[in-house]
Amino acid sequence: MSFQPIKFYQTGTFTVGNRLLPPEQRSVQASAKRFNSINSGHRACQGCGEALGARYAIDAAMEATDGQLVCANATGCLEVFSTPYPETSWQVPWIHSLFGNTAAVATGIAAALKVKDQGGTRVVAQGGDGGTTDIGFGCLSGMFERNDDVLYICYDNQGYMNTGVQRSSATPPAARTATTMAVGPEPGNVFGQGKFVPAIALAHDIPYVATATVADLRDLEAKVRRAMEIRGARYLHILVPCPLGWGTAAHDTIRMARLAKETGIFPVFEAEHGEIRAVLPIRRQLPVEEYLKPQKRYAHLFGKQPHVEVIARLQALADRNIRRYGLLEQA
Amino acid sequence: MLKQIEGSRAVAEAVALCRPEVICAYPISPQTHIVEALGELVKGGALAPCEFINVESEFAAMSVAIGASAAGARSYTATASQGLLFMVEAVYNAAGLGLPIVMTVANRAIGAPINIWNDHSDALSQRDSGWIQLFAENNQEALDLHIQAFRLAEELSLPVMVCMDGFILTHAVERVDLPTQEQVDAYLPKYEPRQVLDPREPVSIGAMVGPEAFMEVRYLAHAKQMQALERMPAYAAEFKAVFGRDSGGLIHTYRAEDAETIVIAMGSVLGTIKDTIDEMRLPENGGHRIGVLGITCFRPFPHAAVAAVLKNSKRFIVLEKSLAVGSGGIVATDVRMAVTGVGLQGYTVIAGLGGRAITIKSLRGIFEQGMRDELERVNFLDLDRKAVDKQLARERTIRRSGPIAENLLRDAGVVAARNY
Repeated sequence: MSFQPIKFYQTGTFTVGNRLLPPEQRSVQASAKRFNSINSGHRACQGCGEALGARYAIDAAMEATDGQLVCANATGCLEVFSTPYPETSWQVPWIHSLFGNTAAVATGIAAALKVKDQGGTRVVAQGGDGGTTDIGFGCLSGMFERNDDVLYICYDNQGYMNTGVQRSSATPPAARTATTMAVGPEPGNVFGQGKFVPAIALAHDIPYVATATVADLRDLEAKVRRAMEIRGARYLHILVPCPLGWGTAAHDTIRMARLAKETGIFPVFEAEHGEIRAVLPIRRQLPVEEYLKPQKRYAHLFGKQPHVEVIARLQALADRNIRRYGLLEQA
Repeated sequence: MLKQIEGSRAVAEAVALCRPEVICAYPISPQTHIVEALGELVKGGALAPCEFINVESEFAAMSVAIGASAAGARSYTATASQGLLFMVEAVYNAAGLGLPIVMTVANRAIGAPINIWNDHSDALSQRDSGWIQLFAENNQEALDLHIQAFRLAEELSLPVMVCMDGFILTHAVERVDLPTQEQVDAYLPKYEPRQVLDPREPVSIGAMVGPEAFMEVRYLAHAKQMQALERMPAYAAEFKAVFGRDSGGLIHTYRAEDAETIVIAMGSVLGTIKDTIDEMRLPENGGHRIGVLGITCFRPFPHAAVAAVLKNSKRFIVLEKSLAVGSGGIVATDVRMAVTGVGLQGYTVIAGLGGRAITIKSLRGIFEQGMRDELERVNFLDLDRKAVDKQLARERTIRRSGPIAENLLRDAGVVAARNY
């Protein structure tokens, strides 16, 4: 009987499914023994990117630590939809203290575990972009500079969605929110403001900084796994589209995340000790309109008289990301 | 062991004897010497196992303590004044979560205008935060109260604030009796948390609670503080059995048995008040029947104990280093509630704000006025009325009258702060 090699045109990608991968490369979510750290029945919106990202991230961290994990959570969507008592979705020891102190609470947990458990149990802190880049930024920077043994995960949906879609320092220029209204001569969020916290994390020279999106969940899992191999302060910034805040269809969450990456709007990279080691390259570069058009928060840019100059400025920001992080694959 | 040391050092050594496992430190006068001393003990290996964390703010200090306590570690921090206010959100949170953190507050005024000297405005701003609040009269009591605080906090699963007057106590070098490790170990059992972040038994701590149970959660916080009213005297008695001295409890009285007038106060000023009263009781000074009630436990407020002391007197004078702006006294409000319907004459004296010295001469004057029932309901000890009137006149006549504090200092001709 002659040997018939099987060929898939997608060989080299993971799209053919877990079956063809060696067990160690398979997704945590593909395993019957996955931890279900965030159990079903929670109250997230349909198509919530944060729920998806958190499920993959925390389950991956649970697998990496063999279930020896404690989570600290900032106030925000994730905290609200996964609780209230007694309907908690969390199958891990979990604490919510305040909006702006999550990194510090995690530092305290790590310190206690070092004394009580010789550091066998690990800590993950998590919050949205408001809790991370704005109100929790002082505590986050403090945790970074002390190099406390904490993985901090920011689920970035680019605004205060829990309170009704207001601007945060992670809201991109031109985006409409409840506090950057689509009115006046320059509708939406202003240009020249905001901050990209992964770059600031890099400047702390901490052992590990990475970004990810919910479009590349295997990449996300791998980054969590890598982060848990390392001791000290680690930061993972995950882009999680928000159907409510972005004005996108619930079924488009993953597509929006992929478009953010493929346009260069959101750079996906991995860094150790302040140096970028790898990027997730753009496969087929797309103009930013492809990403902007499906989102109602950018609707004021299109219509009868498209704001081509604003779109061009957004394209320039994407191009700068592409240059800065080397996102285009060399031919 | 008897030692001649600074109050901050004495407190640090007492805290170290309690075997804390996580200490967070952020510098603020006049508390800083305490965490410095503890940091040295940890770094030198004398206090182990213990993690000493230099945080970036007081808000982080309390937050680290929250995380550490929730993960099962005995947790301690210290602060004062603006630092306490900066951590307020976390202060309430620690109490709401029921985490037995012990914190020293080296009492100091609150700005503006910025002022580093002693009064009780900082701690009293947190009277409704859910923390148990103990006030030390001297350094020995400050040291002892910390040991009792860990016991009380962990038994009730509530945080405890030990308040000691900034500079007056924290920086005073005086004799204290430092207990041995064996004594403290005999008194303070190992910390067994009521709730803990443990992967073997996962729980969610701090999730949302709606109207269906929030009232009950808050009531239980109140009920626990009421339990503390019973525990405090019991722990003080046990303390005496192990350490051989009276310390702690709810209140202390001094020459109050036959007193017609009782002066009520908290903290180090009690020493000056006792001296004043000794003087006033002398036959050559009129032999006044005046006594003292010192409040050690301000939260929970010992209504019954206070009422029992006051019931045979004719009047009380609450002398407090705090001001409820727009109302009057803070401590006095609680005292009045304790004796509602008893028909006592009661006066409030606001004194010593921002470190203004409280002298025997001034105290004697105002107590004598009180005994003649010549006081207002709310009085300000040694207030420079002329200076105040001058500023008020200025404000009536000039629209842009300028910063008040600067005007007052210019009028007073004070170039640098001196003892006032």
